Amino acid sequence: MQTIAQYLPEHPFFAGLDDATIDLLAGCAVNIHVRADEFLFHEGTPADHFYLLRHGRIAIEVRTPGPPMVLDTVEDGDVVGWSWVVPPYLWTFDGRAVNDVSAVAFDAACLRIKCLANPLLGYDLMMRFVRLMNQRLQSARVRLIDMYGGTQTHG
Amino acid sequence: MTEEFDGTRSVDAESIPQPIPPRTLDTTGLQALIDALAWRGYTVIGPTVSGGAIVNAPIRTLDDLPRGWGDAQEAAHYRLRRRDDDAFFGFAAGAQSAKPVFFPTDELLWRGRRTRGEFTVEPESDDGSTAATAGQGPYALLGVRSCDLHAIAIHDRVLTGRVQADAHYTARREEAFVVSVSCTDPGGTCFCVSMGTGPRPEGGARARFDLSLTELLDGGVHRFVVEVGSERGADVLSDISALPAPIDDLAAADGVATSAAGRMGRTLDTDGLKELLYTSVESPRWDDVASRCLACTNCTMVCPTCFCTTVHDVSDLTGEVAERHRVWDSCFDSDFSYIHGGTVRDSTKSRYRQWMTHKLGSWIDQFGTSGCVGCGRCITWCPAAIDITAEAAALRGVPQPARPF
Amino acid sequence: MGSIADFQPGGAATLTRPDPMLPRPFRVHRVHQDTRDTYTLELEPTDGAPLAWLPGQFTMLHAFGVGEAPISISGDPSRPDRIEHTIRNVGSVTAALVTAGPGTVLGVRGPFGTGWDVGTGRGGDVVVVAGGIGLAPLRPAILELIAHRADYDRVVLLYGARTPEDILFTDDLRAWAERDGIIVEVTVDNGQHAWRGRVGFVTQLVTRAGFDAVRALGLICGPEVMMRYAAQALSDRGVRPERLRLSMERNMKCGVGLCGHCQLRELFLCVDGPVLGYDQLAPLMSRAEL
Repeated sequence: MQTIAQYLPEHPFFAGLDDATIDLLAGCAVNIHVRADEFLFHEGTPADHFYLLRHGRIAIEVRTPGPPMVLDTVEDGDVVGWSWVVPPYLWTFDGRAVNDVSAVAFDAACLRIKCLANPLLGYDLMMRFVRLMNQRLQSARVRLIDMYGGTQTHG
Repeated sequence: MTEEFDGTRSVDAESIPQPIPPRTLDTTGLQALIDALAWRGYTVIGPTVSGGAIVNAPIRTLDDLPRGWGDAQEAAHYRLRRRDDDAFFGFAAGAQSAKPVFFPTDELLWRGRRTRGEFTVEPESDDGSTAATAGQGPYALLGVRSCDLHAIAIHDRVLTGRVQADAHYTARREEAFVVSVSCTDPGGTCFCVSMGTGPRPEGGARARFDLSLTELLDGGVHRFVVEVGSERGADVLSDISALPAPIDDLAAADGVATSAAGRMGRTLDTDGLKELLYTSVESPRWDDVASRCLACTNCTMVCPTCFCTTVHDVSDLTGEVAERHRVWDSCFDSDFSYIHGGTVRDSTKSRYRQWMTHKLGSWIDQFGTSGCVGCGRCITWCPAAIDITAEAAALRGVPQPARPF
Repeated sequence: MGSIADFQPGGAATLTRPDPMLPRPFRVHRVHQDTRDTYTLELEPTDGAPLAWLPGQFTMLHAFGVGEAPISISGDPSRPDRIEHTIRNVGSVTAALVTAGPGTVLGVRGPFGTGWDVGTGRGGDVVVVAGGIGLAPLRPAILELIAHRADYDRVVLLYGARTPEDILFTDDLRAWAERDGIIVEVTVDNGQHAWRGRVGFVTQLVTRAGFDAVRALGLICGPEVMMRYAAQALSDRGVRPERLRLSMERNMKCGVGLCGHCQLRELFLCVDGPVLGYDQLAPLMSRAEL
């Protein structure tokens, strides 16, 4: 398996970053493994990480009085987590491994400090996360139409 | 996708062994023509005065015709007026075209019966030969204007030329006899010249007639120049004594047409009109029209080429007998474009845009000609005085005069 | 006057074809409930004469005394003795159709419209994107592909449903993936905890799917909003617009281009469609209320 520093430059999310930045990010990252049905993060807890999934699937869930609802799934190759960007830096949903997951975990607390110190780095990273959030928002909004369901109408 | 209607498929001249030169009829001859048609079993439908308008109805004598009546037509305005002569056809487009004769407002398609779970369907058949059921015909139309002749040909194309011919329509058209007239007094909303559909019936594939009359009231005998357009027409004419038309009468008939052509109430520039409509989808002009349009569907009802229909399924109290009726519909109706989930054309704006774009634009892609024949009825009978020619000009960017309301 | 019949491409012959305005009686042989509101009816002609149809076509299904509705044929084109229609209960007519038990006689008019013409995808990849009940009109096309599987390279089905309970044809999906060499990716708009599959909008599957866009044929069916986004996504991947086919829906009444209801600008969807190329549809789908 590649090292993180070898893996990151090939990943579309990090495309275009120079070597120094890649090293900086790799320096803030570790490989992690999560077993099926274990949680990667919980709603309301400090969001000090974001993750790049190498293998497996994460369900973004919301707890309800009944069974939890899965709002989104994140697949291998996707990035999950932007609560680290938005004060008060708390996860808004649960993240549960649907199957065995291996991921790269980035120390977001550390990165927040580095972004403050280096605005250019901060801007670049933020733009990548804005793109990610945009995709997720569009997907969520279009599903709100509930176009497959529809309402009872006269025939 | 678009089948070109080349209009040359059947050449009328070929249906007549030798061309028959025009003849002249006087008023007695006109009555004789009506008699000859009635004797052959036709129900003769012609213009009559009724309820303050010229409407088509069965006629039997000259007295049934609007002798001495003319009309004054403008946007949202229709009045009959007394002429100072005896013209039988001295008015422009009547309230309704020939459309309802061949294309009834309500047509029974089939009757179904359910017995013990089985259901059988009985087509409302015309035996394939004639549509002479319940006093429905055959019809002889007297006094059809050139614009309406073109409209009939357009309906022929629409209702028989695509996937499947409408059998009832086809039967009624096959057995109908058409006597057209050349307009002597076009109206304030007429623009057949712009659409290439008049004022004189030309015959040929796009304006078929059996006989065509031009009324002459020039101080001499009140008479009609009669042109023959088909073998059937020649046949009926042979029942009546009619002398060959003198050269002067032919010249006078030409003069009537030329004069009428110069007195159109409206014009419509059709150059590139389809493309203009296709690219004007977002024009603010549509909001302007929408602020006036009531979506009342008058225009589609009086338009001689509109063809939209819907179906009504009705059953009797026992639920064992059901009928399917085809009835006129209009794209202005709020339910017209309804599908599960919502109505596609919800706003009046979108519906007016659909109607006008279809009539003057997409019709050409569908059927090879414009859908408009310039009869002006949609202008006359619109309660909001919306003028399709003015709307087209406005889309082109031609400034429009202030409206009266 | 010349004969009106002369106007027709087929001349007088078209007057003698069976009248498409008259329903033919078909008996319900079997009803299968697919999901909470969707049922598949298997019909057989009471006179035994099979209906000749193409994948992508629809019929007008008539419930005696209630009315009729346009329903796509969802069955196996290689089995003409019975026709299948998958119907979602959304109103009075469809309610009458889905509650018609075995033995009930329904009326069938049609088939109408243009088909998917899957054969034009031979020698390349085929990407099928289905949303909701849109999988039903695509099922005959998929079955046709499977019957000639060797003629096609990769075949990918991307299917989005509302929830896991709304997934149609689950047995078929499994068989297609495990036995017939189809790559099947399913996603739902939202799911319960027990759902182990993907959650997200179906177009998200397009960016991840493995296929050669330049040589691919794309077939899309579902709600119009979904088709618009899916067509855009496939087009962005490089599938040529003229090789992208959508099944459009409008108010259908007559099925033969006479009543005017189903018009989309110059197109009569019952005759020129419902399956149409994205090259033709793109400008017509990009404006409101057209």
